[in-house]
Amino acid sequence: MKYLHLVWSGLFRKKFRTILTLLSVIVAFLLFGLLQAVNEAFQAGADQARADRLITNSRYSIIEMLPISYLPQIESVPGVKEVAFASWFGGSYQDRPAQFAVFPVDPERYLRVAPEIELSEEARERWRSTRDGAVVGQSLAERYGWQVGDRVTLVADIWPQRGGGNEWNFEIAGIYTSPESEQDEGALLFQWEYFDEARQFARGTVGWFILQVEDPDRAEEVSQAVDALFANSSNETKTQTEKAFAQGFARQFGDVGLIVTAILGAVFFTILVLTGNTMAQAVRERIPELAILKTLGFSDRAVLGLVVGEALVLIVLGGMLGLGLAAAALGGLSAALAGFGIQGISLSVVATGLLLMVALSLAIGLPPAVRAMRLRVVDALGGHQ
Amino acid sequence: MNTLRQIWAVSLMNLRSVPQRWSTSLVIVVGIAGVVGVLTAILAMGEGFSATLGAAGKEDQAIVLRSGATSELTSGLSRETVDLIKRAPGVARGADGEPVASAEILVIADLPKAGTGTLANAPIRGVQPGAFGLRPEVRIIEGRNFEPGPRELIVGRGAASQFEGLEVGARVAFRDADWTIVGIFSAGGGAHESELWGDAETVMSAYRRGGFQSVTVQLESAESMEAFQAALADDPRLNVEAQTLRAYFSAQSRQMSTLINVLGYTVGYIMAIGALFGALNTMYAAISTRAREIATLRALGFGGTAIVTSVMIEALLLAVIGGAIGGGLAWALFNGYTVSTLGANFSQVAFDFKVTGELLAQGIAWSLVIGFLGGLFPAWRAARQEVTTALRSL
Repeated sequence: MKYLHLVWSGLFRKKFRTILTLLSVIVAFLLFGLLQAVNEAFQAGADQARADRLITNSRYSIIEMLPISYLPQIESVPGVKEVAFASWFGGSYQDRPAQFAVFPVDPERYLRVAPEIELSEEARERWRSTRDGAVVGQSLAERYGWQVGDRVTLVADIWPQRGGGNEWNFEIAGIYTSPESEQDEGALLFQWEYFDEARQFARGTVGWFILQVEDPDRAEEVSQAVDALFANSSNETKTQTEKAFAQGFARQFGDVGLIVTAILGAVFFTILVLTGNTMAQAVRERIPELAILKTLGFSDRAVLGLVVGEALVLIVLGGMLGLGLAAAALGGLSAALAGFGIQGISLSVVATGLLLMVALSLAIGLPPAVRAMRLRVVDALGGHQ
Repeated sequence: MNTLRQIWAVSLMNLRSVPQRWSTSLVIVVGIAGVVGVLTAILAMGEGFSATLGAAGKEDQAIVLRSGATSELTSGLSRETVDLIKRAPGVARGADGEPVASAEILVIADLPKAGTGTLANAPIRGVQPGAFGLRPEVRIIEGRNFEPGPRELIVGRGAASQFEGLEVGARVAFRDADWTIVGIFSAGGGAHESELWGDAETVMSAYRRGGFQSVTVQLESAESMEAFQAALADDPRLNVEAQTLRAYFSAQSRQMSTLINVLGYTVGYIMAIGALFGALNTMYAAISTRAREIATLRALGFGGTAIVTSVMIEALLLAVIGGAIGGGLAWALFNGYTVSTLGANFSQVAFDFKVTGELLAQGIAWSLVIGFLGGLFPAWRAARQEVTTALRSL
C-alpha cells in the first residue's frame, strides 16, 4: 500500500495515454456488465426455481391441455404435499401482445405452492370473492400504473369467450410482492373458475399442474409415480422439476450464453492486445527510471510488484467504472427492458467481473513486469537494453 | 503539385516504417477487426432471420385467422368457417374450378434437438393438397411426398438438421402412434423448411382436433385483397381476419429482428468507442516515437498538410485492413452457419447467418470512420508541434 503513490505517479507519467487506456477498459467492462445482465435474464427462470416444485404437463408438447380431473389422482400420489394448476392465457394488452405472463389459477391452491408470493390477507379475501378478480405483481402494476380496484381489459388470442367476444375484463383485487425476485412480480393471475366458465372451448382442462413435494430428494420418485398414473391414457404426462422445465424452455431460444461468451471473448481479446501493448511500451520507455529505482535499493520483486500494480490499478479502476456505468444504463432503461426480464447488475456479475479484472491485469502486467524485474542495472543505465 | 509530391514522399516513408512499429500498428488492426467482426456477425444473424421469414411472404396470398389471434398457433377455425372463407370473392380458382387454398392445422411436438438432445418445440403442419400449389417453392429433395391416411410426414431441410433422428425412413413417436418420415423437402430457404408436414386430416385425427387453425388462399391478384377482406368482414357467420402473407410474416419476425438489431448496434457502437480509444492511443504513440523524425521533416521544409495527410493515410490504411480482417473472419466463421431459435408459433425456426456484401461494406465504412477519427487528432498534434522543442527532446 505504501507504494500506491508511486504506482499512481507511474500511471500518470503519460496522462493522456493512461486516460485513453482507462477508457477502453471502461468500455470493455460496460459491455461485460450489459451482456451478463442479458444472459442472467435468460437463466433467471432456472435460478429461481424451487427444488421442491415439480411441473406436470402433456408428454407430447407444451400446447396440449390436461384434464382437470387429474387433480385428485395427482394429490393422492405419496410424497405430494400440494397441487395447483395454471394455464397459458397470452392475449393482448393495449393493442400489443401482452408483455407479461397471464395465468388463470385457483387462488387458494396457487398461493399454497408459491409461498414466495406475498399478498395481504385482505387482498386474498377480495380476490377469492371477486369472480373476475385478478392479482398483479408490484413491478407490473407500477409499469402500467394499475391500482387496486382498477379494471383491466385483455384481448384474447387463444381464448374467445362463449358468446364469441374476445374481450376479457378483470378487476385488480390485489397487488402482490415477491421479495426474492422482481421477475416474479411480472404476472397477472386471475380466477380459473371465471376462465373455465367463460371460455368457448376446452372447458375442464388446464395447461399444467404444479406439484409441491414433501422431500425434494424424492422428486424423481414422485415424478415417475405421477407419470405412471397416466401412462397409456389418452393424455400422457411428463413431470419434471421446475428447474429442468425452466432450463428446457430457456434452451429453446438457442444458446444465449454461448453467444454472449463469444462476443465477450472477442471484446476482451481486443482489450488484451490493446492494453498489453500500451503497458509494454510504457515499461520500455521507463527502463532508465526502473534502473534508478533498483539502484536506490528497490528489490527485483518490488519492481515486479510496481509494474503489475500499475496494471491492476488501471484495470480494476476502469472495470469498476465500467460496471458502474452498466448499472446506471440498466437502471435508466429498466422500464423499457422490463418485458425481457432484464434486471440490474447482480452481485455475482460483479464477482465474476472482479475475477476477470485480476486475470486481465496479470495477463497484461506480468510480461513487462518480468522484463522489468530481470533488468540489470548497469545495462539499463548504460542504455544497452 | 509540390504538396502532393510531399504527401507522397512522407506517406511512403511512414508506411515503410510500419513494420518496425508493427506491434503498435497491430493494436489498431486488431481493435477494429474485433469491432467489425462482432458487428458483422450479429447483424448477419438478423439478416438471415429476416430473409428466412421474408421468403415466405407473398403479396398475392392471404392467410385467414380467427380474429384476435396473433399467430396460427393461437387461432382456430371450424370446418364450416373454412368452407365459407374458401368460397369468398377474390380467391383464385384453379383449372378444376375449385378455389386455390389450403386449410391447415399447426401443432407442436417435443423432439430432441441435434447436438444437445434437449427437447424443443417442433412445428407440425397438417396441410391440404392445395398447399403445394400455393407454395411452388416446396420441393421434395429426398424420398417421396406423404400419402393421406397412413401416418406419414415429410420434413423440412432446416428441421432435419436441427432435430435428431429425422432422416428418411425414421420413425418418430408422438401422440398415440409412430409416424414415418418419408421425405425431406426444401422451401426456397423460407420458414417452412423448419416444419414437419403431413396430411391435415391425419394430423387432426391424431391430435383429436375438430377444426383447422388457418386458411391460406391464392388471391386473384394483390388488388383483390380489399374485396376479400370486405367480404369476410361482412359475413355475419364469420369472426375472422385476413392479412397478406407478407404482412403476416413481417409481424411474426418483427420482435426478433428488432432484438437482434438493437443488440448488434448497441454492442457495435460501444465496441467502436473502445476501438477509437485504441486507435487514438496507437496513433499518438506512433507520432510520439517519430517526433524527431517529423520535426526534421518540418525543418527541411515539408509542410503541415503533408504531415497531417500522411498520418491520416496510415491510420485509414491500418483501419481498413482491420475492417477487412474483421469482416472476412465473420464471413469465414459464420456465413451459412445454421442456428434455430424459438420463433413465431412458439416453435423452433431454423435460419442461416447471412454475411451479405452490404454488411461487409458497412463494416469497412465503420472501420474508415474509426480510423479517420483515430488519426485526425494525433495528425493535428504532429503538424503543430514546435520544431525546435521536438528536435531537442530525446
